[in-house]
Amino acid sequence: MGFSVPLIFNFVIFAVLIGVMGPAGTFAQEQGTPAKLASEQDNTPVPAIRLGYLRVPQQRLALSVLDVPPVDAGVAGANLAIGDNNTTGAFLGQKFSLDVMQIAADGDIQAAMSTMISNSVRYVVADLPAAQLLAAADLARDQNILIFNVGAVDDLLREEDCRANLFHTTPTRTMLADGLAQYLIWKQWRRWVLVSGSHDGDRLFADALRRAALRFGAEIVAERQFVDTGTARRTDSGVVQIQRQMPVFTQDFPGHDVLLVADESEVFGTYLPFRTWIPRPVAGTAGLTPSAWHPASEQWGGTQIQNRFFRATGRRMLSKDMAAWIAVRAVGEAATRTRSIDPATIAGFIRADDFSIAAFMGQKLTFRRWNRQLRQPIFVGDGRSVVSTSPQEGFLHQFSQLDTLGIDQPETRCAQQ
Amino acid sequence: MRCRRILLAAGLGLAAGLATPAPAFTVYVSNEKDNTVSVVDSTTMAVVRTLNVGQRPRGITISKDGKFVYLCASDDDTIEIIDTASAEIVGSLPSGPDPELFVLSPDGNTLYVANEDDNLVTVINLASKAVLAEVPVGVEPEGMGISPDGKVLVNTSETTNMAHFISTESHAITDNVLVDSRPRFAEFKPDNSEVWISAEIGGTVSVIDNASRTVKHKISFAIPGLRSEAIQPVGIRITADGKKAYVALGPANRVAVVNAETYAVEKYVLVGQRVWQLAFTPDQKTIISTNGVSNDITFIDVASDEPVQSVTVGALPWGVVVSSN
Repeated sequence: MGFSVPLIFNFVIFAVLIGVMGPAGTFAQEQGTPAKLASEQDNTPVPAIRLGYLRVPQQRLALSVLDVPPVDAGVAGANLAIGDNNTTGAFLGQKFSLDVMQIAADGDIQAAMSTMISNSVRYVVADLPAAQLLAAADLARDQNILIFNVGAVDDLLREEDCRANLFHTTPTRTMLADGLAQYLIWKQWRRWVLVSGSHDGDRLFADALRRAALRFGAEIVAERQFVDTGTARRTDSGVVQIQRQMPVFTQDFPGHDVLLVADESEVFGTYLPFRTWIPRPVAGTAGLTPSAWHPASEQWGGTQIQNRFFRATGRRMLSKDMAAWIAVRAVGEAATRTRSIDPATIAGFIRADDFSIAAFMGQKLTFRRWNRQLRQPIFVGDGRSVVSTSPQEGFLHQFSQLDTLGIDQPETRCAQQ
Repeated sequence: MRCRRILLAAGLGLAAGLATPAPAFTVYVSNEKDNTVSVVDSTTMAVVRTLNVGQRPRGITISKDGKFVYLCASDDDTIEIIDTASAEIVGSLPSGPDPELFVLSPDGNTLYVANEDDNLVTVINLASKAVLAEVPVGVEPEGMGISPDGKVLVNTSETTNMAHFISTESHAITDNVLVDSRPRFAEFKPDNSEVWISAEIGGTVSVIDNASRTVKHKISFAIPGLRSEAIQPVGIRITADGKKAYVALGPANRVAVVNAETYAVEKYVLVGQRVWQLAFTPDQKTIISTNGVSNDITFIDVASDEPVQSVTVGALPWGVVVSSN
């Protein structure tokens, strides 16, 4: 298949074929061949279950260099899961591989998806903005290919724009806001001020925080907007001006317990902690932040995957890595439980009501039946350590306590059932 | 009918309602956070000594003659040897990195250690301390069970979700049995007929027939008023006559009593918070649970399946063994 290369079309293929491997690099044949399951026959050829990973380049702008995402964010988690799937697969005669493709931020999805489809990829892990994600899902639908969203937090993708073949292993803005809000309520820090940025993502997260306040009984006593005037993120003069600007910007708020910040765009939020006019904790996109995973989480057996990830990559595991790990492991778990490599069988198993996956979060994770969003706890931390995990004790639900986070079934606008 | 209540005592307490005075056994409890081992007298149910051990102690095993207790200090990558007569640490064993759980062969000569970071089971000769073999298994090996005749070792892998049956003669895997999510513990029935595997996230116990190496029954648990996600089975112990099994249920704060012949769950015993592991006293009249989050252990009377008393030990107690002296 030939490709024309328009100027906007940046097309890089990393074909990462990962064979049988363990973290120690050995799979000692001298110990005897690992036996198949008692019911399996010998001498079967090893078929491949092929997954794809479709991504745009990571957002590079951040106020702190420590917050610049690694170039391989997400992909590294998917690769680790391929390795874990292959360690298990060796006992069953199953082999997994991952084709990674990167396109430009506003690039054309169609050619990338066509290539994947022609390479027999039946499961695509996608780290794409909402528009491209929906385009990918629509292209994949007729082929019964499952798309796993690991990067887009838009609630709209799970509501009005839900798709039957689109699964989400990353949480939504409302799940993140609710996870944070439950902790603040548990602390009895109920009076909030909300400072938000001027871009779309900032406004959407601010909406989620307002919704959480209404839902869980907090009061937003004042709001303020920080307008992006197009300034550089990091400069040689450092923080000298910021030290004076932030206190003045946060002056004259009514009495409050917490200052919430909605700055997904990385314009001002990181500058707020310890610079507010009066001493108050900062929470939201800076300070105390909600996330799907935490690089220092060690509870619930987390140490094990953190060690494996660090040895494979040399860095800590981030939320997007975990979302991708879960997506690839879901396919692996389905292949293991069904003893099958047939895509229809695997997809059917993942769609079943009783499908669940373990991901070092202390309980089994399941997909919401109405919109295929993964139910998951939310970590609340400060970047250095885990402060808490939500749902908090005392927040009750009729079916699953995890459904106290985000938009619940009775409220859903997703027409797919 | 006599009424029994759980007495939460920080120190001394008497066993309520036991007809004859129990012989004195010594209970060793590993305290994961305190880096200590609590030594408890089973008659007085009092902590008699606290030993300082290595970092993050969890897995604990006792030799068949009761002379030595072996303790995994996983953050120190070592297994420490405690002399039960003196309650002192007298040596250490090479374990490979991050040893979590291990078992001793019935003849006491060989140690089998699960090295979770490397997906390996390490086989160590106790006398020479030499590593005899390393067996590659599934992802995150932890549970280790040894058959009463010592011929078969079962290791569970937490992310691969399998029970690997390993021949102790060839050190090769002979069978792999798929179980439910996050299998933590493997326990043989004393008559060698079955292996019981707990699945912490799956919430079940799989009973594997040892002859056919297939799952013959799956035990589920349900506690009224408690959400099912809180039921997370870990430690399992089966009585010598094979008739009764006890299963620690994690954040459900209970120990399940299971009829080991019909597999029916007969009772749930409320103990402390976040129950990890269990150990019988040598006469099997009492079974003891470690309650990780309430920092205590609970003595349960086996005849009546009633909790007798909980005793405060160190922070985050995890493993427990009982010696005869």
